[in-house]
Amino acid sequence: MITKPHFAFFDEGSKKEIRRATLKAVAIPGYQVPFASREMPIARGWGTGGLQLTLSLIGKDDVLKVIDQGADESVNAVSIKKLVRHTTGVSVTEDTGEANIIQSRHRIPEKQLREDQILVLQVPNPEPLRKVEAREYLTKRMHAEDDYSGAWLLLFEQIMKYGRMSTGAEHPVYVNGRYMMTPSPIPRFDNPKMHQSKALILLGAGREKKIFAVPPYTDVKSLAFDDYPFAVESFEGKACKLCGSTDVFLDEIIDPDTGERSYQCNDTSFCMEHLNAKEKEEVENSYV
Amino acid sequence: MSETPILQVKHLQKQFGTGCPHCLDKESVYVEKNYCTSCGTVHAVRDVSFDLYPGEVLGIVGESGSGKSTMLQGLYFDSDMTAGEVYINQPGLAGHNVLNLSSQQKRYIRNHVYGMVYQNPVHGLKMNFSSIGNIAEKMIAAGNRHVGSMEKRGEELLENVHIPLRRRKEEPQNFSGGMQQRVQIAKALSNNPPILFLDEVTTGLDLSVQASVLDLIKQIQRELHISMVVVSHDLAVIRMLADRSIVMLNGEIIEKGLTDQILEDPQHEYTQQLVYSLL
Repeated sequence: MITKPHFAFFDEGSKKEIRRATLKAVAIPGYQVPFASREMPIARGWGTGGLQLTLSLIGKDDVLKVIDQGADESVNAVSIKKLVRHTTGVSVTEDTGEANIIQSRHRIPEKQLREDQILVLQVPNPEPLRKVEAREYLTKRMHAEDDYSGAWLLLFEQIMKYGRMSTGAEHPVYVNGRYMMTPSPIPRFDNPKMHQSKALILLGAGREKKIFAVPPYTDVKSLAFDDYPFAVESFEGKACKLCGSTDVFLDEIIDPDTGERSYQCNDTSFCMEHLNAKEKEEVENSYV
Repeated sequence: MSETPILQVKHLQKQFGTGCPHCLDKESVYVEKNYCTSCGTVHAVRDVSFDLYPGEVLGIVGESGSGKSTMLQGLYFDSDMTAGEVYINQPGLAGHNVLNLSSQQKRYIRNHVYGMVYQNPVHGLKMNFSSIGNIAEKMIAAGNRHVGSMEKRGEELLENVHIPLRRRKEEPQNFSGGMQQRVQIAKALSNNPPILFLDEVTTGLDLSVQASVLDLIKQIQRELHISMVVVSHDLAVIRMLADRSIVMLNGEIIEKGLTDQILEDPQHEYTQQLVYSLL
Protein backbone atom coordinates (compact mmCIF):
# COMPACT_ATOMS: atom_id res chain seq x y z
CA MET A 1 0.00 0.00 0.00
CA ILE A 2 1.33 3.42 -0.91
CA THR A 3 0.44 6.04 1.67
CA LYS A 4 -0.06 9.59 0.56
CA PRO A 5 2.77 11.75 1.91
CA HIS A 6 1.99 14.80 4.05
CA PHE A 7 1.60 18.09 2.29
CA ALA A 8 5.09 19.62 2.19
CA PHE A 9 6.70 16.41 3.51
CA PHE A 10 6.47 17.32 7.23
CA ASP A 11 3.67 16.57 9.65
CA GLU A 12 1.84 19.63 10.94
CA GLY A 13 3.61 19.56 14.32
CA SER A 14 7.01 19.82 12.69
CA LYS A 15 5.93 22.67 10.46
CA LYS A 16 4.55 24.55 13.45
CA GLU A 17 7.78 24.13 15.39
CA ILE A 18 9.82 25.53 12.49
CA ARG A 19 7.36 28.41 12.07
CA ARG A 20 7.58 29.25 15.78
CA ALA A 21 11.37 29.42 15.54
CA THR A 22 11.02 31.54 12.39
CA LEU A 23 8.68 33.99 14.13
CA LYS A 24 11.11 34.35 16.99
CA ALA A 25 13.95 34.92 14.51
CA VAL A 26 11.95 37.66 12.78
CA ALA A 27 11.22 39.25 16.14
CA ILE A 28 14.91 39.40 17.07
CA PRO A 29 16.71 40.34 13.84
CA GLY A 30 20.03 38.55 13.42
CA TYR A 31 19.63 36.36 16.51
CA GLN A 32 20.22 32.64 15.94
CA VAL A 33 17.17 30.72 17.14
CA PRO A 34 17.80 27.04 17.83
CA PHE A 35 15.31 24.62 16.29
CA ALA A 36 14.92 20.86 16.06
CA SER A 37 16.38 20.26 12.63
CA ARG A 38 14.46 17.32 11.12
CA GLU A 39 15.88 14.40 9.27
CA MET A 40 15.45 15.04 5.57
CA PRO A 41 15.64 12.93 2.43
CA ILE A 42 18.78 14.90 1.55
CA ALA A 43 21.95 14.95 3.62
CA ARG A 44 22.71 17.63 6.16
CA GLY A 45 24.96 20.25 4.68
CA TRP A 46 23.11 20.14 1.35
CA GLY A 47 20.57 22.80 2.11
CA THR A 48 18.40 21.10 4.72
CA GLY A 49 18.08 24.33 6.74
CA GLY A 50 16.74 26.25 3.77
CA LEU A 51 14.59 23.34 2.67
CA GLN A 52 12.94 23.03 6.08
CA LEU A 53 12.14 26.74 6.07
CA THR A 54 10.70 26.49 2.56
CA LEU A 55 8.58 23.46 3.43
CA SER A 56 7.24 25.11 6.58
CA LEU A 57 6.30 28.26 4.67
CA ILE A 58 4.95 26.95 1.39
CA GLY A 59 1.23 26.97 0.59
CA LYS A 60 -0.73 25.59 -2.33
CA ASP A 61 -0.76 28.89 -4.23
CA ASP A 62 2.93 29.67 -3.86
CA VAL A 63 5.43 29.71 -6.68
CA LEU A 64 8.90 28.45 -5.85
CA LYS A 65 12.31 29.29 -7.29
CA VAL A 66 15.48 27.53 -6.17
CA ILE A 67 18.98 28.76 -6.99
CA ASP A 68 22.30 27.06 -6.37
CA GLN A 69 25.46 29.08 -6.98
CA GLY A 70 23.36 31.55 -8.93
CA ALA A 71 22.04 28.90 -11.30
CA ASP A 72 18.52 27.48 -11.54
CA GLU A 73 19.58 24.33 -13.33
CA SER A 74 22.33 22.97 -11.08
CA VAL A 75 21.87 19.56 -9.48
CA ASN A 76 21.09 20.67 -5.95
CA ALA A 77 18.58 23.29 -7.07
CA VAL A 78 16.84 20.82 -9.33
CA SER A 79 16.53 18.07 -6.72
CA ILE A 80 15.24 20.46 -4.06
CA LYS A 81 12.68 21.80 -6.53
CA LYS A 82 11.63 18.26 -7.40
CA LEU A 83 11.21 17.28 -3.76
CA VAL A 84 9.05 20.29 -2.97
CA ARG A 85 6.95 19.90 -6.08
CA HIS A 86 6.52 16.19 -5.48
CA THR A 87 5.27 16.73 -1.93
CA THR A 88 3.19 19.88 -2.48
CA GLY A 89 2.28 20.14 -6.14
CA VAL A 90 3.15 23.85 -6.23
CA SER A 91 4.46 25.33 -9.45
CA VAL A 92 8.12 26.13 -9.82
CA THR A 93 9.71 28.86 -11.85
CA GLU A 94 13.06 30.19 -12.92
CA ASP A 95 11.81 33.75 -13.19
CA THR A 96 12.78 35.76 -10.11
CA GLY A 97 9.84 38.14 -10.56
CA GLU A 98 7.29 35.32 -10.67
CA ALA A 99 8.29 33.49 -7.51
CA ASN A 100 7.11 34.30 -4.00
CA ILE A 101 9.47 31.96 -2.22
CA ILE A 102 13.07 31.94 -3.43
CA GLN A 103 15.42 29.43 -1.86
CA SER A 104 19.04 30.17 -2.58
CA ARG A 105 22.54 29.10 -1.88
CA HIS A 106 25.42 31.54 -2.44
CA ARG A 107 23.51 34.36 -4.11
CA ILE A 108 20.83 36.99 -3.69
CA PRO A 109 19.20 37.47 -7.11
CA GLU A 110 20.36 40.48 -9.13
CA LYS A 111 16.77 41.55 -9.66
CA GLN A 112 15.49 43.60 -6.74
CA LEU A 113 13.08 41.62 -4.56
CA ARG A 114 9.62 42.81 -3.60
CA GLU A 115 7.67 43.03 -0.35
CA ASP A 116 5.55 39.99 -1.26
CA GLN A 117 8.58 37.74 -1.73
CA ILE A 118 10.54 35.71 0.82
CA LEU A 119 14.19 34.87 0.33
CA VAL A 120 15.30 31.66 2.05
CA LEU A 121 19.06 31.22 2.36
CA GLN A 122 20.89 27.97 3.13
CA VAL A 123 23.61 28.50 5.71
CA PRO A 124 26.46 26.07 6.45
CA ASN A 125 28.09 27.96 9.37
CA PRO A 126 25.72 30.35 11.12
CA GLU A 127 28.17 31.43 13.83
CA PRO A 128 30.35 34.46 12.91
CA LEU A 129 32.45 33.94 16.05
CA ARG A 130 33.16 30.22 15.55
CA LYS A 131 36.67 30.79 14.20
CA VAL A 132 37.60 32.66 17.38
CA GLU A 133 35.75 30.50 19.89
CA ALA A 134 34.95 26.83 19.36
CA ARG A 135 32.60 26.46 22.33
CA GLU A 136 28.93 27.17 21.69
CA TYR A 137 28.10 28.24 25.24
CA LEU A 138 30.83 30.86 25.05
CA THR A 139 29.80 32.23 21.64
CA LYS A 140 26.22 32.47 22.93
CA ARG A 141 27.47 34.47 25.88
CA MET A 142 29.55 36.68 23.58
CA HIS A 143 26.43 37.48 21.54
CA ALA A 144 24.50 38.21 24.71
CA GLU A 145 27.18 40.57 25.96
CA ASP A 146 27.62 42.27 22.59
CA ASP A 147 31.24 41.11 22.67
CA TYR A 148 32.22 41.00 19.00
CA SER A 149 35.89 41.89 19.25
CA GLY A 150 36.75 38.39 17.99
CA ALA A 151 35.04 38.94 14.63
CA TRP A 152 36.78 42.29 14.26
CA LEU A 153 40.04 40.60 15.16
CA LEU A 154 39.60 38.12 12.30
CA LEU A 155 39.27 41.03 9.87
CA PHE A 156 42.24 42.79 11.46
CA GLU A 157 44.33 39.65 10.96
CA GLN A 158 43.38 39.55 7.29
CA ILE A 159 44.45 43.17 6.86
CA MET A 160 47.75 42.40 8.61
CA LYS A 161 48.39 39.37 6.43
CA TYR A 162 47.03 40.41 3.04
CA GLY A 163 46.72 44.19 3.27
CA ARG A 164 42.92 44.08 2.91
CA MET A 165 39.84 42.33 4.23
CA SER A 166 39.95 39.06 2.33
CA THR A 167 36.57 37.54 3.15
CA GLY A 168 35.45 35.63 0.07
CA ALA A 169 31.99 35.05 1.39
CA GLU A 170 30.27 35.36 4.76
CA HIS A 171 31.57 38.87 5.46
CA PRO A 172 29.95 39.47 8.88
CA VAL A 173 27.22 42.09 9.28
CA TYR A 174 25.49 43.91 12.12
CA VAL A 175 21.74 43.48 11.92
CA ASN A 176 19.57 46.29 13.27
CA GLY A 177 22.61 47.65 15.14
CA ARG A 178 22.69 44.76 17.60
CA TYR A 179 23.38 41.15 16.64
CA MET A 180 26.27 40.14 14.47
CA MET A 181 25.31 37.72 11.75
CA THR A 182 27.04 35.73 9.07
CA PRO A 183 25.00 36.32 5.92
CA SER A 184 25.24 32.74 4.63
CA PRO A 185 28.02 32.17 2.11
CA ILE A 186 26.96 35.01 -0.19
CA PRO A 187 29.75 37.07 -1.76
CA ARG A 188 30.42 40.53 -0.33
CA PHE A 189 28.80 41.76 -3.53
CA ASP A 190 25.40 40.75 -2.15
CA ASN A 191 25.80 42.12 1.39
CA PRO A 192 24.45 45.60 0.49
CA LYS A 193 21.33 43.94 -0.98
CA MET A 194 20.34 42.84 2.54
CA HIS A 195 20.30 46.41 3.83
CA GLN A 196 16.72 47.74 3.91
CA SER A 197 15.61 44.78 1.78
CA LYS A 198 11.94 44.89 0.83
CA ALA A 199 11.66 41.11 1.00
CA LEU A 200 11.84 39.09 4.20
CA ILE A 201 15.15 37.20 4.37
CA LEU A 202 15.20 33.93 6.32
CA LEU A 203 18.37 31.97 6.94
CA GLY A 204 18.40 28.32 7.93
CA ALA A 205 21.29 26.11 9.01
CA GLY A 206 20.11 22.49 9.08
CA ARG A 207 23.27 20.85 10.35
CA GLU A 208 23.83 23.52 12.99
CA LYS A 209 20.11 23.64 13.86
CA LYS A 210 19.73 27.42 13.73
CA ILE A 211 17.24 29.79 12.11
CA PHE A 212 17.78 33.54 11.85
CA ALA A 213 16.22 36.35 9.90
CA VAL A 214 16.47 39.83 8.47
CA PRO A 215 12.97 41.33 8.49
CA PRO A 216 11.98 43.72 5.68
CA TYR A 217 13.38 47.25 5.91
CA THR A 218 16.05 46.39 8.49
CA ASP A 219 19.48 47.98 8.69
CA VAL A 220 22.26 45.57 7.74
CA LYS A 221 25.76 46.96 8.05
CA SER A 222 28.88 45.14 6.92
CA LEU A 223 31.82 45.30 9.32
CA ALA A 224 34.51 47.76 8.27
CA PHE A 225 37.34 49.64 9.94
CA ASP A 226 37.54 53.43 9.79
CA ASP A 227 40.58 53.33 7.52
CA TYR A 228 39.66 50.12 5.67
CA PRO A 229 36.13 50.64 4.32
CA PHE A 230 33.92 47.76 3.21
CA ALA A 231 34.20 47.10 -0.52
CA VAL A 232 32.36 44.69 -2.78
CA GLU A 233 34.09 42.57 -5.42
CA SER A 234 34.95 44.74 -8.38
CA PHE A 235 34.29 43.73 -11.98
CA GLU A 236 35.43 46.97 -13.47
CA GLY A 237 35.93 46.90 -17.20
CA LYS A 238 34.34 43.46 -17.50
CA ALA A 239 30.99 42.53 -18.94
CA CYS A 240 28.91 39.37 -19.42
CA LYS A 241 29.85 37.85 -22.77
CA LEU A 242 26.27 36.69 -23.32
CA CYS A 243 24.08 39.60 -22.30
CA GLY A 244 26.60 42.41 -21.85
CA SER A 245 25.58 43.30 -18.27
CA THR A 246 28.24 45.16 -16.28
CA ASP A 247 26.96 45.91 -12.77
CA VAL A 248 26.36 42.28 -11.79
CA PHE A 249 28.34 39.47 -10.16
CA LEU A 250 30.34 37.76 -12.90
CA ASP A 251 31.82 34.28 -13.14
CA GLU A 252 35.26 33.97 -14.67
CA ILE A 253 35.45 31.23 -17.25
CA ILE A 254 38.79 30.04 -18.57
CA ASP A 255 38.92 28.18 -21.82
CA PRO A 256 40.99 25.05 -21.06
CA ASP A 257 42.45 24.91 -24.58
CA THR A 258 43.29 28.51 -25.31
CA GLY A 259 43.58 29.77 -21.73
CA GLU A 260 41.36 32.68 -22.70
CA ARG A 261 39.34 34.37 -19.95
CA SER A 262 35.76 35.37 -20.41
CA TYR A 263 33.05 36.51 -18.03
CA GLN A 264 29.45 35.53 -17.66
CA CYS A 265 26.55 36.49 -15.38
CA ASN A 266 26.46 34.33 -12.26
CA ASP A 267 22.69 34.79 -11.96
CA THR A 268 21.48 32.67 -14.90
CA SER A 269 17.87 33.74 -14.70
CA PHE A 270 18.86 37.40 -14.78
CA CYS A 271 21.10 36.76 -17.79
CA MET A 272 18.34 34.92 -19.62
CA GLU A 273 15.83 37.68 -18.97
CA HIS A 274 18.28 40.26 -20.21
CA LEU A 275 19.04 38.27 -23.34
CA ASN A 276 15.37 37.73 -24.13
CA ALA A 277 14.61 41.41 -23.75
CA LYS A 278 17.46 42.25 -26.08
CA GLU A 279 16.38 39.67 -28.62
CA LYS A 280 12.82 40.92 -28.53
CA GLU A 281 14.00 44.43 -29.18
CA GLU A 282 16.14 43.31 -32.12
CA VAL A 283 13.31 41.30 -33.62
CA GLU A 284 10.85 44.16 -33.26
CA ASN A 285 13.27 46.57 -34.86
CA SER A 286 14.04 44.37 -37.83
CA TYR A 287 10.39 43.60 -38.72
CA VAL A 288 8.99 47.10 -38.56
CA MET B 1 51.41 59.53 46.32
CA SER B 2 47.71 60.32 46.35
CA GLU B 3 45.63 59.62 49.44
CA THR B 4 42.62 57.92 47.86
CA PRO B 5 43.16 54.31 46.84
CA ILE B 6 42.43 53.41 43.22
CA LEU B 7 41.36 49.89 44.18
CA GLN B 8 39.75 48.88 47.46
CA VAL B 9 39.18 45.25 48.35
CA LYS B 10 37.00 44.53 51.36
CA HIS B 11 36.39 41.18 53.05
CA LEU B 12 36.85 39.11 49.92
CA GLN B 13 35.77 35.47 50.35
CA LYS B 14 35.95 32.50 48.08
CA GLN B 15 34.98 29.02 49.13
CA PHE B 16 34.60 25.84 47.12
CA GLY B 17 31.78 23.95 48.79
CA THR B 18 28.76 24.86 50.84
CA GLY B 19 30.43 25.29 54.23
CA CYS B 20 29.00 24.02 57.52
CA PRO B 21 28.65 25.25 61.11
CA HIS B 22 31.97 23.55 61.93
CA CYS B 23 34.06 25.62 59.55
CA LEU B 24 32.46 29.00 60.20
CA ASP B 25 35.12 29.54 62.82
CA LYS B 26 38.55 29.32 61.26
CA GLU B 27 40.12 28.26 64.57
CA SER B 28 37.80 25.25 64.76
CA VAL B 29 39.37 21.81 65.20
CA TYR B 30 37.63 20.65 62.03
CA VAL B 31 39.54 23.10 59.85
CA GLU B 32 42.82 21.75 58.57
CA LYS B 33 44.75 24.56 56.87
CA ASN B 34 41.95 25.87 54.63
CA TYR B 35 40.08 22.58 54.32
CA CYS B 36 37.09 21.61 56.45
CA THR B 37 37.33 17.94 57.40
CA SER B 38 33.63 17.87 58.28
CA CYS B 39 31.99 19.13 55.05
CA GLY B 40 34.89 19.11 52.60
CA THR B 41 34.70 22.82 51.85
CA VAL B 42 37.88 24.57 50.76
CA HIS B 43 38.17 28.15 51.95
CA ALA B 44 40.44 29.47 49.21
CA VAL B 45 40.21 33.15 50.15
CA ARG B 46 39.17 34.19 53.65
CA ASP B 47 38.31 37.77 54.56
CA VAL B 48 40.98 39.47 52.44
CA SER B 49 41.02 43.28 52.52
CA PHE B 50 43.58 45.69 51.09
CA ASP B 51 43.94 49.02 49.32
CA LEU B 52 45.95 49.79 46.20
CA TYR B 53 47.07 53.37 45.70
CA PRO B 54 47.71 55.07 42.33
CA GLY B 55 51.17 54.35 40.97
CA GLU B 56 51.90 51.79 43.65
CA VAL B 57 53.13 48.23 43.25
CA LEU B 58 51.59 45.85 45.74
CA GLY B 59 53.22 42.46 46.14
CA ILE B 60 51.35 39.38 47.24
CA VAL B 61 53.48 36.46 48.44
CA GLY B 62 52.52 33.10 49.78
CA GLU B 63 53.09 29.42 49.28
CA SER B 64 51.34 27.56 46.49
CA GLY B 65 47.70 26.98 47.37
CA SER B 66 47.49 29.99 49.63
CA GLY B 67 44.81 31.67 47.52
CA LYS B 68 46.89 34.31 45.72
CA SER B 69 45.85 33.44 42.19
CA THR B 70 42.25 32.68 43.17
CA MET B 71 41.99 36.15 44.61
CA LEU B 72 43.46 37.70 41.47
CA GLN B 73 41.05 35.73 39.27
CA GLY B 74 38.22 37.05 41.41
CA LEU B 75 39.40 40.63 40.97
CA TYR B 76 39.69 40.14 37.21
CA PHE B 77 36.19 38.52 37.10
CA ASP B 78 37.54 35.22 35.79
CA SER B 79 35.75 33.49 38.64
CA ASP B 80 32.92 34.61 40.89
CA MET B 81 33.71 35.34 44.50
CA THR B 82 31.54 34.01 47.31
CA ALA B 83 31.36 37.32 49.17
CA GLY B 84 33.13 40.63 49.51
CA GLU B 85 33.30 44.05 47.93
CA VAL B 86 35.66 45.65 45.41
CA TYR B 87 35.64 49.37 44.66
CA ILE B 88 37.48 51.07 41.81
CA ASN B 89 38.06 54.79 42.04
CA GLN B 90 37.57 55.65 38.39
CA PRO B 91 35.06 57.99 36.72
CA GLY B 92 31.68 56.27 36.50
CA LEU B 93 32.66 53.39 38.76
CA ALA B 94 33.28 55.06 42.12
CA GLY B 95 30.94 53.94 44.88
CA HIS B 96 29.82 50.74 43.13
CA ASN B 97 30.78 47.30 44.31
CA VAL B 98 32.11 46.06 40.96
CA LEU B 99 31.55 42.41 41.89
CA ASN B 100 27.79 43.07 41.69
CA LEU B 101 27.83 44.71 38.25
CA SER B 102 26.38 43.01 35.19
CA SER B 103 28.68 40.94 33.02
CA GLN B 104 28.64 43.67 30.32
CA GLN B 105 29.87 46.22 32.84
CA LYS B 106 32.48 43.79 34.11
CA ARG B 107 33.68 43.33 30.56
CA TYR B 108 33.92 47.10 30.22
CA ILE B 109 36.16 47.21 33.29
CA ARG B 110 38.33 44.39 31.97
CA ASN B 111 38.75 46.15 28.65
CA HIS B 112 39.21 49.70 29.88
CA VAL B 113 40.47 49.70 33.47
CA TYR B 114 42.29 46.41 33.96
CA GLY B 115 45.25 44.71 32.40
CA MET B 116 46.12 41.11 33.23
CA VAL B 117 49.23 39.06 32.68
CA TYR B 118 48.62 35.39 33.40
CA GLN B 119 51.18 32.95 34.65
CA ASN B 120 50.57 30.84 31.57
CA PRO B 121 50.52 32.87 28.32
CA VAL B 122 48.02 30.37 26.89
CA HIS B 123 45.32 32.03 29.01
CA GLY B 124 46.13 35.57 28.01
CA LEU B 125 46.88 35.15 24.31
CA LYS B 126 45.27 33.62 21.27
CA MET B 127 48.18 31.43 20.26
CA ASN B 128 47.18 31.07 16.61
CA PHE B 129 46.66 34.77 15.94
CA SER B 130 49.51 37.13 15.07
CA SER B 131 51.25 38.95 17.93
CA ILE B 132 50.11 42.31 16.66
CA GLY B 133 46.58 40.94 16.34
CA ASN B 134 46.68 39.80 19.94
CA ILE B 135 47.64 43.29 21.03
CA ALA B 136 45.00 44.83 18.77
CA GLU B 137 42.31 42.57 20.23
CA LYS B 138 42.31 44.47 23.48
CA MET B 139 42.14 47.81 21.67
CA ILE B 140 39.31 46.53 19.46
CA ALA B 141 37.46 45.42 22.59
CA ALA B 142 37.89 48.93 23.96
CA GLY B 143 36.22 50.34 20.86
CA ASN B 144 39.11 51.21 18.53
CA ARG B 145 38.16 50.73 14.87
CA HIS B 146 41.20 52.27 13.20
CA VAL B 147 43.68 49.73 11.84
CA GLY B 148 46.49 52.23 11.31
CA SER B 149 46.51 53.55 14.87
CA MET B 150 46.25 50.06 16.38
CA GLU B 151 49.12 48.82 14.24
CA LYS B 152 51.27 51.78 15.25
CA ARG B 153 50.52 51.32 18.95
CA GLY B 154 51.14 47.58 18.67
CA GLU B 155 54.53 48.14 17.08
CA GLU B 156 55.46 50.67 19.76
CA LEU B 157 54.60 48.17 22.46
CA LEU B 158 56.41 45.28 20.80
CA GLU B 159 59.47 47.49 20.56
CA ASN B 160 59.08 48.31 24.26
CA VAL B 161 59.05 44.65 25.20
CA HIS B 162 62.02 43.94 22.92
CA ILE B 163 60.35 41.79 20.33
CA PRO B 164 61.85 42.33 16.87
CA LEU B 165 59.30 44.01 14.63
CA ARG B 166 59.95 41.58 11.80
CA ARG B 167 58.19 38.96 13.93
CA ARG B 168 55.11 41.08 14.66
CA LYS B 169 52.91 39.11 12.31
CA GLU B 170 54.04 35.77 13.67
CA GLU B 171 51.83 33.74 16.00
CA PRO B 172 52.96 33.53 19.65
CA GLN B 173 52.85 29.73 19.39
CA ASN B 174 56.15 30.00 17.49
CA PHE B 175 57.72 32.06 20.26
CA SER B 176 59.75 31.03 23.28
CA GLY B 177 58.08 31.18 26.70
CA GLY B 178 59.81 34.44 27.55
CA MET B 179 58.73 36.07 24.30
CA GLN B 180 55.16 34.90 24.78
CA GLN B 181 55.17 36.43 28.23
CA ARG B 182 56.43 39.71 26.78
CA VAL B 183 53.71 39.73 24.11
CA GLN B 184 51.23 39.20 26.91
CA ILE B 185 52.62 42.20 28.80
CA ALA B 186 52.42 44.30 25.63
CA LYS B 187 48.79 43.25 25.20
CA ALA B 188 47.92 44.07 28.79
CA LEU B 189 49.41 47.54 28.37
CA SER B 190 47.84 48.29 24.99
CA ASN B 191 45.25 50.78 26.19
CA ASN B 192 47.13 52.17 29.18
CA PRO B 193 45.11 50.50 31.91
CA PRO B 194 45.31 52.28 35.28
CA ILE B 195 45.43 48.90 37.07
CA LEU B 196 47.59 45.96 36.04
CA PHE B 197 47.54 42.46 37.55
CA LEU B 198 50.60 40.26 37.21
CA ASP B 199 50.21 36.61 38.16
CA GLU B 200 53.58 34.86 38.60
CA VAL B 201 54.91 36.48 35.43
CA THR B 202 58.44 35.19 35.73
CA THR B 203 57.77 31.67 36.92
CA GLY B 204 59.18 29.18 34.49
CA LEU B 205 61.40 31.67 32.69
CA ASP B 206 65.15 31.35 32.75
CA LEU B 207 67.10 33.81 34.87
CA SER B 208 68.26 36.19 32.16
CA VAL B 209 64.78 36.44 30.63
CA GLN B 210 63.35 36.79 34.13
CA ALA B 211 65.62 39.75 34.74
CA SER B 212 64.68 41.45 31.47
CA VAL B 213 60.93 40.94 32.06
CA LEU B 214 61.22 42.36 35.59
CA ASP B 215 63.27 45.24 34.27
CA LEU B 216 60.60 45.93 31.72
CA ILE B 217 57.81 45.92 34.30
CA LYS B 218 59.77 48.23 36.53
CA GLN B 219 60.43 50.59 33.64
CA ILE B 220 56.79 50.62 32.52
CA GLN B 221 55.65 51.28 36.04
CA ARG B 222 58.00 54.26 36.38
CA GLU B 223 57.05 55.73 33.02
CA LEU B 224 53.31 55.19 32.98
CA HIS B 225 52.54 55.24 36.73
CA ILE B 226 50.38 52.18 36.49
CA SER B 227 49.16 50.68 39.75
CA MET B 228 50.09 47.02 39.91
CA VAL B 229 49.22 43.97 41.94
CA VAL B 230 52.09 41.51 41.63
CA VAL B 231 51.44 37.95 42.75
CA SER B 232 54.44 35.72 43.22
CA HIS B 233 55.79 32.99 45.43
CA ASP B 234 59.26 34.30 44.67
CA LEU B 235 60.48 36.74 47.30
CA ALA B 236 63.22 38.03 45.01
CA VAL B 237 60.61 39.22 42.51
CA ILE B 238 58.61 40.88 45.24
CA ARG B 239 61.72 42.53 46.68
CA MET B 240 62.61 43.97 43.31
CA LEU B 241 59.14 45.21 42.29
CA ALA B 242 56.87 45.84 45.23
CA ASP B 243 56.63 48.92 47.47
CA ARG B 244 54.24 47.26 49.88
CA SER B 245 53.56 43.59 50.34
CA ILE B 246 50.99 41.20 51.69
CA VAL B 247 51.81 37.71 52.91
CA MET B 248 49.06 35.13 52.45
CA LEU B 249 48.71 31.72 54.06
CA ASN B 250 45.72 29.35 53.81
CA GLY B 251 43.63 32.03 52.12
CA GLU B 252 44.25 34.68 54.74
CA ILE B 253 46.47 37.73 55.04
CA ILE B 254 48.91 37.02 57.84
CA GLU B 255 51.19 39.98 57.43
CA LYS B 256 51.21 43.26 55.53
CA GLY B 257 53.54 46.23 55.37
CA LEU B 258 56.42 47.79 53.50
CA THR B 259 58.31 45.16 51.54
CA ASP B 260 61.66 46.04 53.15
CA GLN B 261 60.12 45.82 56.58
CA ILE B 262 58.63 42.40 55.95
CA LEU B 263 61.89 41.08 54.57
CA GLU B 264 64.09 42.58 57.29
CA ASP B 265 61.85 42.03 60.26
CA PRO B 266 59.22 39.35 59.62
CA GLN B 267 56.69 39.02 62.45
CA HIS B 268 54.64 35.96 61.64
CA GLU B 269 56.13 32.53 62.04
CA TYR B 270 55.44 31.56 58.46
CA THR B 271 56.95 34.78 57.07
CA GLN B 272 60.07 34.21 59.13
CA GLN B 273 60.41 30.75 57.69
CA LEU B 274 59.82 32.10 54.19
CA VAL B 275 62.38 34.86 54.52
CA TYR B 276 65.04 32.60 56.01
CA SER B 277 64.63 30.07 53.26
CA LEU B 278 65.48 32.76 50.72
CA LEU B 279 68.72 31.80 49.07
